Amino acid sequence: MIRTPLRPLARILEARASGENPDAIERENLRIRHEQMCDSARNRAEGRLLILSVMFFCAFGVIGARMSVLASTDPQEPRAASSGAAILAQRADITDRHGRILATNFETHSLYAQPKQMVDKERVAAELAAIFPDLNQEKMLKNFTGSRKFLWIKKKLSPEQKQAVHDIGDPGLLFGPREMRLYPNGKLAAHVMGGASFGREGVHAAEVIGVAGVEKFFDEELRNPAREGAPLALSIDLTVQAAAEEVLYGGMKLMNAKGAASVLMDVKTGEIISIVSLPDFDPNKRPSPLVEGDASDSPLFNRAVQGVYELGSAYKIFTAAQAMDLNLVNHKTMIDTGKALRVGGFNIGEFEKKNYGVLSIDDIIVKSSNRGTGRMALQIGVQRQKEFMKTMGFMDYTPLEIVEAKGGKPLYPERWTDLSAVTISYGHGISNSPLHLAAGYAAIANGGTYVPPTILKRSQAPEGRRVMREDTAMYARNMLRMVVTEGTASFGEVPGYAVGGKTGTADKPKERGGGYYKNKVIATFASLFPAHDPKYVLVVTLDEPTETSSKKPRRTAGWTAVPVAAEMIGRVAPLLGLRPEIEPGELAGITLTSN
Amino acid sequence: MRSLLYIVTALAVIGLAFWAYRENYQTQSEIARSEQINKEIGHARARLTVLRAEWAYLNRPDRLRDLTEVNYERLGLLPLRPDQFGKVDQVAFPLPPEPELVITNPVDVSGMNGADEAVTRGDGVFP
Repeated sequence: MIRTPLRPLARILEARASGENPDAIERENLRIRHEQMCDSARNRAEGRLLILSVMFFCAFGVIGARMSVLASTDPQEPRAASSGAAILAQRADITDRHGRILATNFETHSLYAQPKQMVDKERVAAELAAIFPDLNQEKMLKNFTGSRKFLWIKKKLSPEQKQAVHDIGDPGLLFGPREMRLYPNGKLAAHVMGGASFGREGVHAAEVIGVAGVEKFFDEELRNPAREGAPLALSIDLTVQAAAEEVLYGGMKLMNAKGAASVLMDVKTGEIISIVSLPDFDPNKRPSPLVEGDASDSPLFNRAVQGVYELGSAYKIFTAAQAMDLNLVNHKTMIDTGKALRVGGFNIGEFEKKNYGVLSIDDIIVKSSNRGTGRMALQIGVQRQKEFMKTMGFMDYTPLEIVEAKGGKPLYPERWTDLSAVTISYGHGISNSPLHLAAGYAAIANGGTYVPPTILKRSQAPEGRRVMREDTAMYARNMLRMVVTEGTASFGEVPGYAVGGKTGTADKPKERGGGYYKNKVIATFASLFPAHDPKYVLVVTLDEPTETSSKKPRRTAGWTAVPVAAEMIGRVAPLLGLRPEIEPGELAGITLTSN
Repeated sequence: MRSLLYIVTALAVIGLAFWAYRENYQTQSEIARSEQINKEIGHARARLTVLRAEWAYLNRPDRLRDLTEVNYERLGLLPLRPDQFGKVDQVAFPLPPEPELVITNPVDVSGMNGADEAVTRGDGVFP
């Protein structure tokens, strides 16, 4: 840059020549220079201010724009990652012990109507009635033309029905997604599953709630999202259950019974492998409960768990076991059953007024002598018998994990007199469900510990409470085996499985009280197999069976329940993986001698 | 020196801004992709449930029982009974393999001088 000199020589010389003060020129130039400096400084400052204001404007503009965008859009969480947890079915599956599905969910649709949006109400009503024969056309038309704004038409639709409704093409008909409970095996294990229905309902979703069986007992658990859809594994074995149902149904028809129940239980773990109650129902279309008459006539009634009956002589083994456990008798002790037994003003008699004479304890069980067990009960005494019955679980409902279990509350006398003790010793005067009996027999079978029955798969045997000594249980098992080999349950022999068991035939009490029916019985066979190393307990109960192969109808358990149970063991034992084996014979007595 | 610092800083800012911008968009597209995959998993799960239900429905015991009855002539299936168990020693040992064809009287087809060879061998010319 060329700077203008403050004292340009030419002008100084000129001024000196003309006598002017040259300092004035310098001042003048200095002033001009200052002015120029001021101008440039102002320009610079103005430019800076301009840039600064533009920047501020931009910044505030951006902030303002962002704020208006934020204010005008829906709020959204800033995310650094997407969640991995997918939404699973709202209710966990139920499977059998091998993971085969017993209950699962199925996506379907519900149909609802908004009559205000409907174009041709008459046509819609007519076409809907054609698709769904169970709907009433006139009632629907009344609903559509009335003041209602919203109404449900169908809770569940099949895909074909949905397409047919689509084809009506009316804007007033709308679909909502639904998740429904499906039992693919139909009637199989119906009483265990129970059933499900819809709880609170909305257009977009509905709650599926269990109404009975395990579905209700584990309702919270099945709906718990923390399960992450892990299925609930039951102890039921699907194939065994199917075989048991088939055999029991055949047996029920053959024996002209009006109902039947069976319980198959693992004696070590207490797992229920199969539990059947007939007649049954389809949990997919659960029938409505009876409004009149006897609830036990409904197919919904679970005879195996809710049905408390006097199960008869099958209890004798418990009396014998307790008497042996208390060292009052041993299995060879002789008792005179010929002598009349009169307790509390009642004569205790034998079946068909027989007289067995003097019998050993073994033979009392084999011949099923009422007087023999009655005498043992008198020796045991009321208090001890009551305590024993309590430890065997016969005085409380079973802890099975289905809601109906609480309905199976045993009936027993308020005042436990000597007479009660004697009748209870042979299974009268105390009412239990077949499941109670199975749990009691399991205690004998597993060596004297009571294992609570369960419907859930167990990985190991629980710690049971000891109810009798191991040797007592062994003698009791031998007695049960003898009942089959030489006693009342001779039809119960299944080659290879060494079945042991005890029959029970009890007259049915009249519903209105006042004694017992003469020709209506509950026939029970409680068995364990193989008797030398019991793995399973099977209880079969027939309600009002009549065996008609001879002229005189036979109703005793030995003719009715026992053959059914034997057939069932023959069918299910191979399925359970039990090989038929030769029963180990009694070892010859070896006397050790030494000097 | 100073201007170099300015330029480097400006470049760094531009570079970082570009990087952040790219990362942001990549993350968003990954999130969208994972959401899409989750949706597909959900659909696949639903389909799987339907298939499982159908499998269970088609394999329900009473249907299989009816099918075995209908096809008894072809399949010959009956319920498992205790007498169908066998022991290992009831199973026959597999037959010894058929001996391969043993040539007991070979016929010489090798040519004209077969006899000569035999003669020379007999004479002990070959070891």
